[in-house]
Amino acid sequence: MADRMSTRDAYGKALLKLGETNPRVVVLDADLWTSTRTQKFREKWPERFVDLGIAEQNMIGVAAGLALEGKIPFASSFACFGARGWEQVRVSVGIAHVNVKLAFTHGGLTVGEDGASAQMLEDLALWRVLPGMVVIVPADGVEAEKATLAAAEHVGPVYLRFGRSSEPIIFPADYDFRIGKAAKLRDGANVTIAACGIMTARAMEAAERLSAEGIEATLLNVATIKPIDRDAIVEAAKATGAFVTAEEHQVNAGLGGAVAEVLGLNHPVPLEMVAVQDSYGESGTPDELLEKYGLTVDAIIEAAQKAIARREKRDTILIS
Amino acid sequence: MEKLLSDHEAAALSAKANEHRRTILQMLNAAGSGHPGGSLSAIDVLTVLFERVLRHDPRNPRWPGRDRFVLSKGHCCPALYAIMADRGYFPPEELATLRKLGSALQGHPDIRFLPALEVCTGSLGQGFSEALGLAIAAQIDRAPHRVYCMLGDGEIDEGQVWEGSFLAPARKLDNFVGIVDRNGAQQCGHTEDILHTDPLPAKWEAFGWTVHEVNGHDVQEVNWALQPERIVAGKPTMVVANTKKGWPISFIMDAPADFHGKAPNDEELAKALAELDGK
Repeated sequence: MADRMSTRDAYGKALLKLGETNPRVVVLDADLWTSTRTQKFREKWPERFVDLGIAEQNMIGVAAGLALEGKIPFASSFACFGARGWEQVRVSVGIAHVNVKLAFTHGGLTVGEDGASAQMLEDLALWRVLPGMVVIVPADGVEAEKATLAAAEHVGPVYLRFGRSSEPIIFPADYDFRIGKAAKLRDGANVTIAACGIMTARAMEAAERLSAEGIEATLLNVATIKPIDRDAIVEAAKATGAFVTAEEHQVNAGLGGAVAEVLGLNHPVPLEMVAVQDSYGESGTPDELLEKYGLTVDAIIEAAQKAIARREKRDTILIS
Repeated sequence: MEKLLSDHEAAALSAKANEHRRTILQMLNAAGSGHPGGSLSAIDVLTVLFERVLRHDPRNPRWPGRDRFVLSKGHCCPALYAIMADRGYFPPEELATLRKLGSALQGHPDIRFLPALEVCTGSLGQGFSEALGLAIAAQIDRAPHRVYCMLGDGEIDEGQVWEGSFLAPARKLDNFVGIVDRNGAQQCGHTEDILHTDPLPAKWEAFGWTVHEVNGHDVQEVNWALQPERIVAGKPTMVVANTKKGWPISFIMDAPADFHGKAPNDEELAKALAELDGK
């Protein structure tokens, strides 16, 4: 395994495995197969590949029809364009829990130079609100490949968010990915950092730098945004009393929102969210954009310090 | 076009469609809401489809070899339910539960409640795409069944319909037969006052479909157009069925948009049934 890989490349790799092992798997694409990495599946199994043209709404309905006949369709597009089929997913897929997989690449700011229209930052909110939908944001190539294979086994709709940019490999090849299970990457008593997607690697670096300052963080990779790992989040909140979320998404209704729901209902602790602050993106390199919109190692460190300070202030008030 | 039915068979089919019309009006009256206009316009076509075209088995509704039918204009499900009850998919007593809590007969077709249906519809344009997916699955599996799908002529305002209309010829889906219930009215007025959708046959011909235009209230014409012999190898088929919204109830035809989504009250029901008695 290379030490860096994009999650979209891992998706393409997983599809080749599924093509061999599962004849029910079919792949749909809306004229983006060179970018979504479904191209090799298309070349190898043309009879199980459906090119819809630039027509995402129709793609979702066709995927639903295929699934109702026993196929396992992976409908592929960019996260921004696939979302125009949201209402089609709601009715054609969602209501009857139809076994469709939405595998959307190019999520988030790291799309880069294409600018705001292409930088999907609202997808987790959109998909997470649908009843019965599983929402997964893999953190690296290993997790992306395993999540794709797990999605094929899962009966029911799944949203997979993949990225365009090459990112560090975090997980070992024998990593045991489970839908709905957070992976604890580090144990610490002072603060919890929960991250997903490209922000997990950045959270790992933040945790190391915090440790050098004497602050020990528990680090959770929360790849499954829905159903979220309530137990892992509550346990970490109880152990640390301060919480940070980090995601390549709007601050509203994504990972941070999901964690806030869990904490608010079960074990409220101070929570800081590292996310895009209710704003659209723009053209730039991925690194420039992450810096400008505050999705950095420094931002996670600052958020951790702030959450800890809020906990200490609250403890002081409670004691006095 | 050739008459494939004897006069007696044609008269019997029309009489059956009129029985279904009575059922539709009674169901909608009992429910107190729903869509009579498009249910009445579609019923002759649907009656021919279920009696003379579809290979199906109400005692084994999930029989894998069945032809699939999708009512993409899902709001007209009272027409479909009336036929399904008559054919034995469920007991006719259930017709009185239309739109009521827990009923198999949801306000729009929902496979969770009535598994004999193929897909969920109710949001216009979506059933068409789902039906194309059913047809592509059959194409992949080299299965010999066909997929039939009815659209409304207001429904075709949806862009999704044209996305699918591009796809079917590209995939050479000759196992797919679409039907447009060309009743001329949608919720807020006549279709030609909302958008200019005419001429429909030329549109699908230009997209690469085989198109047949028929009088959708003439069971001979409808039966001719829907027979598999009309299918051209390698091409999808679209049947444009010219109908009247509310046919043949005078006060519904006079105000088709008003009765797009309004159930007949007791007085209107009595008047409509009396008109049907005269047919």
